[in-house]
Amino acid sequence: MTGKMLVPGRVFADRSFIELADEEKALDQVRNVACLPGIEMASLAMPDIHWGYGFAIGGVAAFRMEDGVISPGGVGYDIACGVRLIRTNLLAAEVRGTVPSLIHELSRRIPAGVGRHGEIRLNQKEMSQLLTKGAPWVIERGFGRREDIEAMEDGGVLEGADPAMVSSRAIERGFGQPGTLGAGNHFIEVQLVDEIYDEAAARAYGVHKGQLCIMAHSGSRGLGHQVCTEYIKIMGGAAARAGIELPDRQLACAPIQSREGREYYAAMACAVNFARSNRQVMTHLIRESFEYVFRMSAEKLGLDLVYDVSHNLAKFEEHGEEGKKKRLCVHRKGATRSFPAGHPDVPARYRSVGQPVIVPGDMGTASYLLKGTEKAMAESFGSTCHGAGRVMGRRAARKVINGHELKARLEARGITVRAGKTSALAEEAPEVYKDIDKVVAVCHEAGLSLKVARLRPMGVIKG
Amino acid sequence: MPPFEIIEHTADIGIRAFGASETEVFENAAIGMFSLISDLEKVGEDNVCNIEIEAEDRETLLVEWLNELIYLYDSQELLLKRFRVTSLKETALRGIAYGEHIDPSRHDLNADIKAATYHMLKIKKGSDGWIAEIIFDV
Repeated sequence: MTGKMLVPGRVFADRSFIELADEEKALDQVRNVACLPGIEMASLAMPDIHWGYGFAIGGVAAFRMEDGVISPGGVGYDIACGVRLIRTNLLAAEVRGTVPSLIHELSRRIPAGVGRHGEIRLNQKEMSQLLTKGAPWVIERGFGRREDIEAMEDGGVLEGADPAMVSSRAIERGFGQPGTLGAGNHFIEVQLVDEIYDEAAARAYGVHKGQLCIMAHSGSRGLGHQVCTEYIKIMGGAAARAGIELPDRQLACAPIQSREGREYYAAMACAVNFARSNRQVMTHLIRESFEYVFRMSAEKLGLDLVYDVSHNLAKFEEHGEEGKKKRLCVHRKGATRSFPAGHPDVPARYRSVGQPVIVPGDMGTASYLLKGTEKAMAESFGSTCHGAGRVMGRRAARKVINGHELKARLEARGITVRAGKTSALAEEAPEVYKDIDKVVAVCHEAGLSLKVARLRPMGVIKG
Repeated sequence: MPPFEIIEHTADIGIRAFGASETEVFENAAIGMFSLISDLEKVGEDNVCNIEIEAEDRETLLVEWLNELIYLYDSQELLLKRFRVTSLKETALRGIAYGEHIDPSRHDLNADIKAATYHMLKIKKGSDGWIAEIIFDV
């Protein structure tokens, strides 16, 4: 790096995570980000930090509106990739036998895997509406309930979206994809709540020990990838014109207030709305699957949305001490918003306990429901971890792990597994990820988020 | 010399393409990328796509060439297997790609490539030909 660090780099981790990050040069990436103009306080990374393009994954960086930048690489290719958690009135122990049929019905309705298209096809005008109005628009069209809206980050729609800033190619890539899972680490899981750490918060979130829940992890699919690809190219030129020297072209960025900066935000917001709509359509299909298997309405089954939160995005937020608050563009790339009790952006029904934070783990271990904290507001721009973080490459995984054996191993433990391709399952084996319990524990001890519940997979659909 | 080899990264994957000429390196990079997606032996050549790209320099041109092919793959569900770069200038490329639509009964899809990135991007002339390195986000 040729530039000068304008702020320190700060990584929340234990010794083993720091060593891993250093080994794969992710710490250099934290340092590079600290050199970008207008960065506030520090270039941060969460304990699930690993090497990414330009910005490390697990990175959080906030830039001042007046002299700061916005960067597509600081958001990532899968814009607004995120997780949602749906609760039920069902006790896992009582319905264990139905998990294979649930997984079957879910995989019949929700296309998963490389390049799969869904049933829902939109025309140009409908797509514009979806990109502008987000999840509430798809709910109006019959894919969900009004109450779902308040259980989503930003009420399911990021303001400032302008479809005119999204190329026809990006829109074309998105046409057949609402309600599809995609590939890679994306999943749908039927889970069992196996541990409660915070009774009061769990009660507020509608979660209790022994309960059956559903978790969905997906993003903005081809549309988001295309938006990122195009704006990295545009911003390479914009950075040069603004006199910003880039040590790595993936750090391409533009001043927030510049034309390119404003246009990227407007396009990114469209991809955010697409991702949330995608997960909303999926929620509708999940409810249909449960209704089919249990011959009972989704309302009676208590299939309520707990929360929907993204872990790849940039947003304008107010941070700092009372009276000295600053408006900042907070980039979270593989980091989750973690707002405390009392914050106006936390849904009214959760305001007394704090924002639900959903952290997906690997398919053999666990996922977590956490709550946001004041400490996160003070130390990490209201952010915490987003998952386990990879430690082994995909091809390396295929060499040492056999997908069929892995499937048998998980099934022997009572986990039903359905994958687009069984051989590809190896790429997502539990051993290719860091220990999720440890990642979440570091965040808990650092106070960036506090543990509420642990969820263990009973059935898994992988892309 | 093989047309390409695979480079592995923790979260992602890339290729190192070889060629006697720069044109050939562009073609082999495309073959390498689609080989990560599917077994090209099983792909026919019923569809032909004409491609024209402009970019500010040669490296950006390589990224744009591959991203153009990803766009065709994702939006039109095309598996491409043979490539001809008919004209390569400093800031412009013209080429033709041959392939066919994805048929799930015959084609296994092994990887979902989201984009070609600028990370560690290289095109250089070695002692016995050209080499290009490119990392994909998967």
